Amino acid sequence: MPLQGLGVVMGNRIIKNKIAGGIMFTMTVASILLVILIGLGLYLKSVPIFQHYSFWHLISSTEWKPGSGKFGFLPFIAGTLWITFIAVVLALPIALLTALFLTEYSKSYVKKWVFTALDILAGIPSVVYGVWGILFVVPWISEKLAPHFVEYSTGYTVLAGGIVLGVMILPLMISLFVEIFSAVPREYRDASLALGATKWQTSKYVILRKTFPGILAALILAVSRAFGETIAVLMVCGNLPLLPHSLFDACYPLPALIANNYGEMLSVPLYESALMLAAFLLFIVVFIFNASSRAVIYRIEKRFR
Amino acid sequence: MAQLIYQNSTRASWAEDYSFLNNDIENREGLALKKSYLKVSDLNLYINKTHILKNVNLEIPDKKITCIIGPSGCGKSTLLKTFNRLIDDTEGIKYDGSIWVDGLNIFDPKTEITEIRKKMGLLSQRPCPLPMSIYDNIAFGCKMHGEHNRKKLNQIVEEQLKAVGLWGEVKDRLKAPASKLSIGQQQRLCLARGLAVEPEFILADEATSALDPISSKHIEELFVELKNDYAIILVTHTLRQALRIADHVIFMYLGEVIESGAADVVFNNPKHDLTKKYLEGAFS
Repeated sequence: MPLQGLGVVMGNRIIKNKIAGGIMFTMTVASILLVILIGLGLYLKSVPIFQHYSFWHLISSTEWKPGSGKFGFLPFIAGTLWITFIAVVLALPIALLTALFLTEYSKSYVKKWVFTALDILAGIPSVVYGVWGILFVVPWISEKLAPHFVEYSTGYTVLAGGIVLGVMILPLMISLFVEIFSAVPREYRDASLALGATKWQTSKYVILRKTFPGILAALILAVSRAFGETIAVLMVCGNLPLLPHSLFDACYPLPALIANNYGEMLSVPLYESALMLAAFLLFIVVFIFNASSRAVIYRIEKRFR
Repeated sequence: MAQLIYQNSTRASWAEDYSFLNNDIENREGLALKKSYLKVSDLNLYINKTHILKNVNLEIPDKKITCIIGPSGCGKSTLLKTFNRLIDDTEGIKYDGSIWVDGLNIFDPKTEITEIRKKMGLLSQRPCPLPMSIYDNIAFGCKMHGEHNRKKLNQIVEEQLKAVGLWGEVKDRLKAPASKLSIGQQQRLCLARGLAVEPEFILADEATSALDPISSKHIEELFVELKNDYAIILVTHTLRQALRIADHVIFMYLGEVIESGAADVVFNNPKHDLTKKYLEGAFS
């Protein structure tokens, strides 16, 4: 009797297990399919413009005059890359040192306090960062910093966009790095410290080395987010469709282009298609960046372990 | 007459110079001659108000294997980690009392903790090679202490790898990642890494418990060999291991040192009831 009952229960459990597995598999496939569909949709929508210009011409030309049918995307691509690059250069060292401090040096109550502050920082709406940029960063650049380097700058520049974006990705970067550093087993620290190494030497030669692939992976995540950040950057970067030649020139990143113009392009032929191409380009930039850095991580991991 | 449960033929006859191992101050003079000297007096240690080590007093003899035995959770490993103050990084730690290493109180704020740690090679339960090559693992400690002469480093690496019997096995692949070695080899590498900074003590925290019997025997033999030059302090769960290689035994129970003394005496003729029970295997 009990054995029979057991058999029935087992059958149920196995069926449930199979259903659960099937649902999860479907969900996984669906989310991957979504990525492909978005890419495909963007491509199809931007096809009309390809019938007039070649892909290469579109991404290499610098002239943007939709009214006269000139669609050069290079300024936008350059603007996106510049701002993201500056943001990462500014945020990376700060994030690394903060995360090292929190995991290796600080007491737990300091950690708690800082994490609360970081959570607040991460929760501030994008538009508030933009306002902060306009109120403080932009005037600071135009009045204090730019006069040392160029004759005149409005302050609405590549640099302002980079600084605001850097501050925005900082909380994400720090919490990712803290997670990575905390995952290093205590034995590694003990082994190094027991040899008489200082905490700094241990952090530099053991922790950073051990987590190097992880740091890169976290960086990719942060940069991918930075690529798409729109509102705050749009508010401080000047939005002139020109190729920036210095940090103190205005620029016009891809997300800002889409957000500023979508909905106002109906009368201009090919405009909608051009904006879809902008979105498609952003998609491609993020995709290429992700894929190539994954490849780098893979090679590094192979060499380290 | 108590039954002799312990006999170790490899052990040197050291009972005669063992007399300094008592706590009276008068005999302290002789201790200045000893190269390595570790003495714990009135050590109390608390983690988050929990009393972990209770009034510990003991001395560690030089050029001997000292085994710290006792049931799980009695503070053996904590005591070991207090010797080189690795315990400092534990949250909520508080201690008083003193530990003297070569005449320096390691809790004194003036004492350079990195120098104390340099004197003590640590061997952890699971081998933990640093994420770098075999060569760099051994050279790491020396580099951290400012030795960058390539020739000298080469010499140190070869010397230490030979000391742990690993040279022949790895000399052709010194640049390979240390994690590629077998677990037994890794533990010997860790030992060599500790020896490279010229310590006086070797602290081993159940150093053989994660190893297979053959690797574990290998490490034990190394300890017996190394005690000619170092004071070895070994925390162990395996009573049989202590029986095999201990010269001096410290028995701990619930954070207290119940009994300590020459292995012959403690194993064959334990004074304390708890020690007797533990040796009989009543609890472990």
